[in-house]
Amino acid sequence: MTEPEAGRAQTLVPARNGAALQRYRDVLIALIAFAVLASLPLFTGSKALLDFVIRCSAYGLFATSLNLLVGYTGLTSFGHGMFFGLGAYSFGLIMQKLGVPIPVAFVATLAITAVVAAIIGAICVRLKEIYFAFVTLAFQMLIHSTILSWASFTGGDQGLRGGIPRPASLGIHLSNHVHLYVTSCALLILGLLAMRQIAQSPFGYTLRMIRDNAARASFLGIDVWRAKLTVFVLAALFASMGGMVMALFVSGAYPEFAYWTISGEAIFINMLGGVSTFLGPMVGTVLLLLLNDTVTRFTEYHGIVLGVVILFFALGLRKGLLDFVAEWYAHRRETGEGR
Amino acid sequence: MDLDALAGCLSSSACLVTQTTSGLIIGMLLFLVAVGLTLIFGVLKVVNFSHGAFYMFGAYFAMTAYQLTGSFALAMLAGAAGTAILGLIFERVFMSRVYGADVLMQLLVCYAFVLIFDDVVRIIWGPEFKSMGMPSAFQVMPLFVAGGVVPPYYLLLIGIALVAAIVLGIGLSRSRIGKVIRAAAHNPGMVSALGINTGLIYGGVFALGGMLAGLAGALAAPVRSLTPGMGFSVLIESFIVTVIGGMGSILGALIGALLLGLIRSFGSLGFPLFTEGLMYLFMVIVLVSKPTGLFGKEAA
Repeated sequence: MTEPEAGRAQTLVPARNGAALQRYRDVLIALIAFAVLASLPLFTGSKALLDFVIRCSAYGLFATSLNLLVGYTGLTSFGHGMFFGLGAYSFGLIMQKLGVPIPVAFVATLAITAVVAAIIGAICVRLKEIYFAFVTLAFQMLIHSTILSWASFTGGDQGLRGGIPRPASLGIHLSNHVHLYVTSCALLILGLLAMRQIAQSPFGYTLRMIRDNAARASFLGIDVWRAKLTVFVLAALFASMGGMVMALFVSGAYPEFAYWTISGEAIFINMLGGVSTFLGPMVGTVLLLLLNDTVTRFTEYHGIVLGVVILFFALGLRKGLLDFVAEWYAHRRETGEGR
Repeated sequence: MDLDALAGCLSSSACLVTQTTSGLIIGMLLFLVAVGLTLIFGVLKVVNFSHGAFYMFGAYFAMTAYQLTGSFALAMLAGAAGTAILGLIFERVFMSRVYGADVLMQLLVCYAFVLIFDDVVRIIWGPEFKSMGMPSAFQVMPLFVAGGVVPPYYLLLIGIALVAAIVLGIGLSRSRIGKVIRAAAHNPGMVSALGINTGLIYGGVFALGGMLAGLAGALAAPVRSLTPGMGFSVLIESFIVTVIGGMGSILGALIGALLLGLIRSFGSLGFPLFTEGLMYLFMVIVLVSKPTGLFGKEAA
């Protein structure tokens, strides 16, 4: 592959304001975004719109976590969906079999994901490029086959049925649609904020350096293997969170959540929105879900329409939408200053 | 898990022969698909994610040609030639635009075509399962080897795949075109400086890869059911084959495909529900112990 990877190169410009100032700005944006999303049910009674935002939360968390690997570290994971599925199944099984309060199940699922991701990551991250992609894919399919074949525990190809119990705890009634909606939004905003902090931290810049020149990072005394493993586990945690939101929403878990196409979709979302900006995957999520919903309404052959749209982005724009906008904006400002 | 069945089969020669034959035909079909994939990767440095679609088109072309003409040979020819043309067009019009681009971009173009091709098949041939049926020439008594059943068609299938493997292996290492292809894989700039049209070679290699996958599809048409999306599982399995054998290695693809075929046929006895899992487990073990695959060269 060519040395500086065009398209995903994100120049290492030091933050113009102090890091602390930028953090305050991020928190402020997050608070405003949450306030806007959370007040949505006051203005509209449309269940479809709220459902749409919940699905965006689940997929957005998942896709943005993949961007930590693909965009920031240059690790093209083809099996990131395994953690989405793992989150959904672990959460659902814990709730069904143990009947613990939801926050306990939530934390326990994150712990399980961390352990599994650490084991799989330790094996995967020492491999390069296409081999990393394929081993992660193999692990994903291994988990998928396990779910299918361990039918007595996971329900096999029928998925986890019978619904996931949603007892009230901490004054939150997740069986209430509006409560579920607000909780999903809160998880999305918190997750995005946490990932933003990781991306902007010194560790985040270490990841960018590993992406651009791993050998150099290693010369500078960075333990590349450990940094990659750390971000692999972190990304898995957020993907698992996305899976849990999905499990809560559909009140179940299905083998498709762990199938490789879900990883393919996440990669597609990243390309659609763009991997060089933090919010690119979020924009991609909204675009893909909108596209899916409208196209399936008009034609049964949505594969063709989706395929043509992908071709437009891949061959026409050659970058994601937000990448395109960001570059256009930077270009305009440059020429404006030149005048 | 049913280890008794596996042990019982291993001790009976009849079952051993039957399972080995079925493992071999799975392996040979996989080899034809995987060898195209590995060839395209070796020369073009592109992971053709839409390779399964060529397998699918090969099967559908063969079925249509067989229904129109009733000739088995013409059906095979239609499957192979049709996909070769399709591969050439696909490479020249679309893939050639993303050679320098990011791996993700190439995958995305292929992913788009997986979606489009599946729907095209759905529109032309319909969404339901189709079957080509066994040609009457092969509807004869199966052979009995050591008590095991071996349908004659299986022998033909294994034979054609073996011939393809040998022709390909010798052609690439001995013939002039083969040498040019290997040179283009190594240093395309130098090859084009010597006055050879590399674009034509790239197109030709892609067409060859598509043709092999199409031939596999055509050969599989009488013994498997045809459905849109049938290329998907074949694609994933042939990926496993190329990764196990080593990307770019033809011998590796052959060994990997046969190993995988045998794992599938014997695994389905011992672990009926976890057969797929076994394949992935095998892939993980190979990759962890030798990341470049069994016959892969160290990355340059």
